[in-house]
Amino acid sequence: MAEVVLEHIVKRYPNGFQAITDLNLSIEDGEFLVLVGPSGCGKSTALRMVAGLETITEGVLRIGDRVVNDVPPKDRDIAMVFQNYALYPHMSVFDNIAFALKLAKVPKDEIARRVQEAARVLELSPYLDRKPAQLSGGQRQRVAMGRAIVRQPAAFLMDEPLSNLDAKLRVQMRAEIARIQKNLGVTTLYVTHDQVEAMTMGDRVAVLSAGVLQQVDAPQTLYDRPANIFVGGFIGSPAMNLIESRVVELDGGLGVTIGSRTVRLPDAVLAQRPGLRAHAGQPIVLGIRPEDLEDALLAPAPDDQRLKATVTLVEALGSELVVHLSLDIRTVASGDPDALAAVGLEAAPGQGVMVARFNPRSQVRLADDVEVTVDTERLHFFDAATGQAIWQDATVTV
Amino acid sequence: MSAAAADIAGQPTTTSGRIVRFLTSWAGRITVFVVCVVWTVPTVGLLVSSFRPADEVRRTGWWTVLGDPDFTLQNYRDVLKSGPSGDMWTAFINSLTITVPAVVIPIAIAAFAAYAFAWMRFPGRQWLFIVVVGLLVVPLHLTLVPLLQAFTSGVDVFGVRVIPDLNLTGKYVSVWLAHTAFGLPLAVYLLYNYIGSLPRDIFEAARIDGADHFTIFWRLVLPLSVPALAAYAIFQFLWVWNDFLVATVFIGTSPDAAPMTVRLAQLVGSRGQDQHLLTAGAFLTMALPLVVFFSLQRYFVRGLLAGSVKG
Amino acid sequence: MSDLGEDIDRDGAPATPDDRIVAESPVAELAVVAAKAPGRWRGWVIAAAAVLAVVLLIVLGLTESAIAIAIGVGSAAVYFVAVNKIIDRFSDPVQDRLRPWAFVAPVLLFLFLFLLVPAIRTIYISLFDRNGDFIWFRNYTDMFSDDGMRIVFRNNLFWIVGVTTASTLFGLLMAVLADRVKHESLAKSLVFLPMAISFVGASVIWRFIYDSSRLADESQIGLLNAIWVGLGNDPVFWLLERPWNNFLLIVVMIWMQTGFAMVVLSSAIKGVPTELLEAARIDGANEWKVFRHVTLPSIAGTLAVVITTTIITVLKVFDIPRVMTGGRSETSVIANEMINAIGFGQQERAGALAVLLFVAVIPILIYNIRRFRREESMR
Repeated sequence: MAEVVLEHIVKRYPNGFQAITDLNLSIEDGEFLVLVGPSGCGKSTALRMVAGLETITEGVLRIGDRVVNDVPPKDRDIAMVFQNYALYPHMSVFDNIAFALKLAKVPKDEIARRVQEAARVLELSPYLDRKPAQLSGGQRQRVAMGRAIVRQPAAFLMDEPLSNLDAKLRVQMRAEIARIQKNLGVTTLYVTHDQVEAMTMGDRVAVLSAGVLQQVDAPQTLYDRPANIFVGGFIGSPAMNLIESRVVELDGGLGVTIGSRTVRLPDAVLAQRPGLRAHAGQPIVLGIRPEDLEDALLAPAPDDQRLKATVTLVEALGSELVVHLSLDIRTVASGDPDALAAVGLEAAPGQGVMVARFNPRSQVRLADDVEVTVDTERLHFFDAATGQAIWQDATVTV
Repeated sequence: MSAAAADIAGQPTTTSGRIVRFLTSWAGRITVFVVCVVWTVPTVGLLVSSFRPADEVRRTGWWTVLGDPDFTLQNYRDVLKSGPSGDMWTAFINSLTITVPAVVIPIAIAAFAAYAFAWMRFPGRQWLFIVVVGLLVVPLHLTLVPLLQAFTSGVDVFGVRVIPDLNLTGKYVSVWLAHTAFGLPLAVYLLYNYIGSLPRDIFEAARIDGADHFTIFWRLVLPLSVPALAAYAIFQFLWVWNDFLVATVFIGTSPDAAPMTVRLAQLVGSRGQDQHLLTAGAFLTMALPLVVFFSLQRYFVRGLLAGSVKG
Repeated sequence: MSDLGEDIDRDGAPATPDDRIVAESPVAELAVVAAKAPGRWRGWVIAAAAVLAVVLLIVLGLTESAIAIAIGVGSAAVYFVAVNKIIDRFSDPVQDRLRPWAFVAPVLLFLFLFLLVPAIRTIYISLFDRNGDFIWFRNYTDMFSDDGMRIVFRNNLFWIVGVTTASTLFGLLMAVLADRVKHESLAKSLVFLPMAISFVGASVIWRFIYDSSRLADESQIGLLNAIWVGLGNDPVFWLLERPWNNFLLIVVMIWMQTGFAMVVLSSAIKGVPTELLEAARIDGANEWKVFRHVTLPSIAGTLAVVITTTIITVLKVFDIPRVMTGGRSETSVIANEMINAIGFGQQERAGALAVLLFVAVIPILIYNIRRFRREESMR
């Protein structure tokens, strides 16, 4: 058990491409930290550097008290679970799990004991004599975990271990992995591109984009207080609506424009975000989460909190309605390369689309003109130039 | 996917398609049948002839047995027992003696190199590999004369005798060394392709588990490479067993040492009375390869396909 | 994905079983199962098999062979284990730099000593005449102006063109047709069978077919003459009829090489995704167009490999002319002339002929090198 610290880590390839830039991350002893980001953001590279499978160009990596930059993987006291499990096909489950211990010359009875124990925890005991080919995907995944657990390492490294499982299994295994980690209390660095996994499993979540760390916080903090446009747009599904807006001075306070309307901001918001005053009269990026938009018929509100829009798509999910609304706004891209630009294709020219989550009792239908209530206490504000969230007079930094 | 399943999946549904399919299925089946018959008849002819008495063979075609069967094992007996130019049994043993080491030794050497080329990093790796595999194409005729000289009368390098006058004609060491060297490019190529296609994360997992390159090779790569090793072994076995060129040049025709191919060629060269021995002799030379081929066909085919099928 | 079928896919599960190209084999399965025996036992199984093999060899009187294997494999094993132990004494970075060379050294040494050096020396020798005088390329120019050699070159051309086109076409034909036949694997095995036979053996088989030792009024023993005479002609001395005798020899090799083309092309054809074929059919193509515009381009790479491999093999052949006609009656080929030259002690001429064979192969060498480099960059 140990903490893992990355200080000013840089990864540059011989052809000049810089995959990771100035990464600073400190994983507490026993903490479950999820590294999340779109494909190509460098999260796997970062994990592999911690594992020792990639060299570190600049910076210092510490595991426990040791600097391990130049220490080979086998001496770093880490265990890794691979995306494709990397089980040895010609060995039985028992031998797969025992392999590392055998190499470390652990005595035979000790090996047997540890393997049996790991198998028990993972419910693999009936399968110890089988070969990987005879196991289901979920079972193979557990063998991969068993291999890691049995070494009692200082840290677990997991590289998208759930991406090859079907949806239902994934949900199950998420809980399993989290439970096992809690029981064992091993420091864990977990990489995924799925933000739902990140939110449900991590003690803290680190968001990475194009090799640069965007924010690292507890999941709920990440959700409620995104540090910049990217994090705001990346975390949360359906994604946060990001629109061009302007801070406007109203008598006694401030408002923001949404299309042609101006919405008044409550005093509570102004108190939380004094930096808004400095932006008065200037363009900003406004973030509205879909659940903060509601059918005005079901959520009555004063005029200066309502918008008019046309419905372009309704998806009935049973527990809610996901409604696409077309109105006279201009949307902003979040910077997530995986985000579909398709939302907005159905808008009329000159308009933009926002996604809302309505109460299932809403009666809206395709092509209706509706009025939408905005929960102004839960708006997000970002500097139009830097993308950073607006809080104090200086913007929040990571 | 079985042939039947593939068949169903890709079937045409247009009228022209169905007509073509009907026609081609019948025309196709007949063609296939005819080709198979034509391809098998020569061997069958030889086999039948080998069981016919010598004077019969000289006078009538083998197909006459269909109406007038008259079989004997005499040809086989004759060809297996000693004669002035040696016998087939000794030749069989010689072939075996030459072939088995020539199959096993290249594997032992090439496997390590294939692993190094596939999974280790070192300067010049790509070029060296290209050279090794490029040698696959170079005809071994190009090396025969100097090798023969070296083995028979030794080698001088700038006036310094590097290899002594061992006079290795008729001894097997030269053949073993030659076949090992000639067999290395194919071994490296085949094994490299296979070992290179093993999933990368298995190696990474092993490295994290604490294994060094040698352990990885011994405990992971070798067991997982068995199909490739088998494919190469069969290939090399057939190649060396059926080899005539290297045997002729390095061993010559000495009755004690000549393998079956050389002995058979000698039989052909002789006139008159020995002709009837050809049939039985020829078939004996084929017996073992055919057995090996039939029982291990799948691996042989895989060996052929490795690296041959390209998009 | 490995070309050698079976085994592992990304998840450690066996890949989809390979095509039914040829029949299954219980013997092979046993061997494979034994080799993959559980770790604890594997060592013992292999050791037992090894001891059994050595005993078998000794019983058969192959003590020499057994000793050769023991020495050969033994020294390889000793070398690798020893070298690894030595390398392990160094620091890790040094280890990483030394070890690849240790693994690769034996192969490089063998190839250098037994292929590279002799090859260069042969080229060198070919520039001299038998008195030891340096004569530049006279050996070569002499050959090209010799009528007899011209015929030999002509023959090689016949061989290359004849064998390659015929075996590839027949192979393609069988690959396409056998696909739809019930006893596919049997049919393919039959056509493939001649590959297991030596060239000498094949020559003996076909000598009988071409036999012309019987007179016009006697019964024929060779299949070809039997058919010929049956059609109302007199028996012919087939192997003496120039220049057709060359083609009769070529037939022997076509008989042997077609199996290779068939197996490889069959595998390639089965590898064409059915969606492509279906899409073409939906787009309105008839069967021939589908074949020409979808299947053929997809297997173009494999076709190239088949053709180049066949050409290389054809250039090496000398057994067939040597055994069937002794190279007389204008049927000799370059390789045969070379072996003759060695027999007569004409080192320089033999060298020049060998170099000619090499030069003929150089275009293929370049093509292969380009192919490898392309593949390497994609790894």
